[in-house]
Amino acid sequence: MSKGRYGIHGGQYIPEILMNEIINLEKAYEKYSKDEEFNKELNKLLNEYAGRPSLLYYAEKMTKDLGGAKVYLKREDLNHTGSHKINNVLGQVLLAKKMGKTRVIAETGAGQHGVATATAAALMGMECEIFMGKEDTDRQALNVFRMELLGAKVHPVTSGTMTLKDAVNETMREWASRVHDTHYVLGSVMGPHPFPMIVRDFQSVISKEAREQILETEGKLPSAVLACVGGGSNAMGMFYNFINDKDVKLIGCEAAGHGVDTDMNAATIANGTLGIFHGMKSYFCQDEYGQIAPVYSISAGLDYPGIGPEHAYLNDIKRATYVPVTDDEAVSAFEYLAKTEGIICAIESAHAVAYAKKLAPTMGKDEIIIICLSGRGDKDVAAIARYRGVEIFE
Amino acid sequence: MSRIGKAFENRKAFIGFVTGGDPSIEKSEEFIMEMVRGGADLIEIGIPFSDPTAEGVVIQEANIRALSNRTTTDTIFDLVVNVRKKTDVPLVFLTYLNPVFTYGLEKFFTRCEETGVDGIIIPDLPYEEKGELADIATNHGIDIISLIAPTSEDRIKKIASDATGFVYVVSSMGVTGVRSEIKTDVKSIIDVVKSVTNVPTAVGFGISTPEQATEISQYADGVIVGSAIVKLCGEYGENAAQHIYEYVKSMKDSI
Repeated sequence: MSKGRYGIHGGQYIPEILMNEIINLEKAYEKYSKDEEFNKELNKLLNEYAGRPSLLYYAEKMTKDLGGAKVYLKREDLNHTGSHKINNVLGQVLLAKKMGKTRVIAETGAGQHGVATATAAALMGMECEIFMGKEDTDRQALNVFRMELLGAKVHPVTSGTMTLKDAVNETMREWASRVHDTHYVLGSVMGPHPFPMIVRDFQSVISKEAREQILETEGKLPSAVLACVGGGSNAMGMFYNFINDKDVKLIGCEAAGHGVDTDMNAATIANGTLGIFHGMKSYFCQDEYGQIAPVYSISAGLDYPGIGPEHAYLNDIKRATYVPVTDDEAVSAFEYLAKTEGIICAIESAHAVAYAKKLAPTMGKDEIIIICLSGRGDKDVAAIARYRGVEIFE
Repeated sequence: MSRIGKAFENRKAFIGFVTGGDPSIEKSEEFIMEMVRGGADLIEIGIPFSDPTAEGVVIQEANIRALSNRTTTDTIFDLVVNVRKKTDVPLVFLTYLNPVFTYGLEKFFTRCEETGVDGIIIPDLPYEEKGELADIATNHGIDIISLIAPTSEDRIKKIASDATGFVYVVSSMGVTGVRSEIKTDVKSIIDVVKSVTNVPTAVGFGISTPEQATEISQYADGVIVGSAIVKLCGEYGENAAQHIYEYVKSMKDSI
């Protein structure tokens, strides 16, 4: 079996045209991830530019209201550019620069990864082009303009379902046509090896900090950590340093859209089957002939028909649990967190908040849960208003 | 000698492609027979996939047309059965790994053997991942066609040594589609291939004109044309047969 495997998942299922580039990337990452200078430079960017470490905030009002476990929020929403995406992007763009690349390309769903990539590209003087489904450029028009302000060129993708999956397709096509000077800054723990590993490593700072912070504050580990899952980058980052802590439950919250038993959802673990797509073997929402299914979620960032291979593996070995959360539940949690804690979180992150609302009351008061608040919700305000029947346009 | 081997015997091979089920399974059969009448030596049949990441817009759209006509892997096998009743021309599938994997590898290659498919091209199956399919395909006598790209460099020898059927040399960077100019030094790639194997070479990606075909055929054993034919299917739909025949004939005559 080939490299980059997580159990049976992962691998490198990509066209020959990209193989040497992927091998070069793997070698470069191998070299620089151990390089003291590189790590010093990256840590400086993370601390002085992105604003790390991010806060671990005790949500006291929410805890009291739910009447069970103590709820902590890992505030990735407070990072520069407003989400966890910056952690991975600073690492990858710095790596690309070391590799001698002058141009970066990326897919984006909600626009958070696109904004983060455009930001890092501006900072490090790289050319930047972002591919975003037409459906999403409409849903997240403000983020499109934000990327353009940062000097990036945004390509609306009109193929297929015009969402995240199609944006990935188009970015792969673009990369295959121009690899010599271009790095593809993949935004999630997916795609061919070494991407799932690279993105996980760069995102693992979330759980590294959270683990230290909770031990310092509470003197013990949490009973559970929660994160939303599309491709799964913030969840992998939130889980990673807790994997060996066997008593810490790892819970990923998938987008169930209108419900897992309807046609309108993106719940890959609930509804997906084993397949090979976007460079990896993993679970995908697909039909009996292996045609990738059109998926749906109110959240553009979770609107993806697959899941990263390491998540598929953690699910197989039952180390992590994946639960579906509907649009309705996520929107209610979005509003709840705003009213209870004064925090407007991303609709993606609200999926994890929604499940915490169910879970915390079932737990003892001496137990702790940490929710990864992967992003801030300014980008979602207009969409939530529309969901509630208020016609606001950006 | 295999049917694929014979296609390259004592001549330059013209390889034509259609997406199965575009605009219908019946029409695909007709178009394939027109290509054979026009002189095609080998036929590639695309099994449509929802997300063909190695294809340009022309073939992407053909995939959508075929899938919206409820084309499935099973109806494509029906197509092969019907074509095989009429011709001995070698038939090679082009599709992505997921439809093959999801169908069940053993079941898929058994059906290939039963219906008379000779080989398969899978753009998202690189050399490193071939092991998963190779034995099953070999047991059923199906060639997995290896692709070599302009970026393959030090990988060319490794891939070519392992190749069966023919070697598919990708002439351009990017995805499939008609190009006005082929910039890659295809000849030097082919020279390296020839140094390690006797398996014939065919060049594809971007070729559309008789002039390009004439030039490529000076050093390659075959010329592959996809998008230019699929474009005719898109433009003329059900009435594309005559156009396809004339186009294929003009290309075959030029090599």
